[in-house]
Amino acid sequence: MTYTPDIQAFCCHYTSQQTVAEGREGMREEGMPANVTLNRLVCTGKLQVSTLLKAFEEGADGVYVVGCPADQCHNVKGSQRAAKRVNAIKKALAELAVEPERIEMFHLERGFHPEFIEAAQVMNKRISALGPCPFKGETP
Amino acid sequence: MIIAERKPINEILGMVRDAEKILVLGCRGCVTVCSAGGDREVEILASLIRLGMQKQGKKVETVEGSLVRQCDKEYIDEIDQWTGQYDAIVSMACGVGVNFIANLRPTVKVYPGVNTSFLGGSADQGVWTEQCAGCGNCVLHLTGGLCPVARCAKSLMNGPCGGSVNGRCEIHQDVECIWQSIHDRLGRIGNADAMHTIAPIRDWSTAGHGGPRKVLRDDLTV
Repeated sequence: MTYTPDIQAFCCHYTSQQTVAEGREGMREEGMPANVTLNRLVCTGKLQVSTLLKAFEEGADGVYVVGCPADQCHNVKGSQRAAKRVNAIKKALAELAVEPERIEMFHLERGFHPEFIEAAQVMNKRISALGPCPFKGETP
Repeated sequence: MIIAERKPINEILGMVRDAEKILVLGCRGCVTVCSAGGDREVEILASLIRLGMQKQGKKVETVEGSLVRQCDKEYIDEIDQWTGQYDAIVSMACGVGVNFIANLRPTVKVYPGVNTSFLGGSADQGVWTEQCAGCGNCVLHLTGGLCPVARCAKSLMNGPCGGSVNGRCEIHQDVECIWQSIHDRLGRIGNADAMHTIAPIRDWSTAGHGGPRKVLRDDLTV
């Protein structure tokens, strides 16, 4: 049976702007995996730990956050805050004996859409290799 | 304020392993301020409990709530709004809150969601440090406002030990030698002579060594 992971991406307005402007078809042509769902935010600093955990509760196999470079966030420290929260979840996942690499933080330049697509591909490859998330109670 | 930290999730999961409905109960007092047990942390812990149980193949329902304080009888009474919706409470208040629920709701199962750490303050965003030991016999008027009981690793009362080096404590370079700081501060506020006052052998009975402590204010009891 083939396994297609459910991957939830949380991206700030700026880092995802150019990619999203391509439209669904354009993104697919560029290589954006169809199983990655984009959740756009004004700033990743707005993301709460509970929002990311909720994604796992709702069935995500992998979650990642794309924010601005740490020193270039439009809101000064937004992407730094997001990175800290992602780290907090990595620790919580490890506590629960779930692979911490199921969640990741990426810092990307604004409008760099090949790298934006690449982040999605990296996560798709990684999560596909890990198999279904243990929270689903399925056997990988 | 009272500083606390969330317990390891597996320890909490072990406590509630037989529960099917859990009330995760925050406190809007000290533990909210130190980001250990307020509404936001309740939401996170409830989510982690659900995920942890899910991973073990168990189904659990969580109810999330918080009280103004868990250290006053009248606020504990508000727990009754969730009657029938839980078979165990995980309290994210300090140990006082857990005790108060246990005292006042004799048949309710209540478990601690946090480790109560110390009495302290916020030194920086996300950093809390111990400032007071609650010893019941305050000497801050003699030490320039800096507490040797809580902030000296050995709770020395008559100056530093021999391990004080360049103002740092011998237990760790990150820890200031509070007696060096007391000395420096007394000098700055024109009270350097206070260093020559010999503190008598201390009576620790007020510090809990005489059993659980109690404060009774007759003017407030009606």
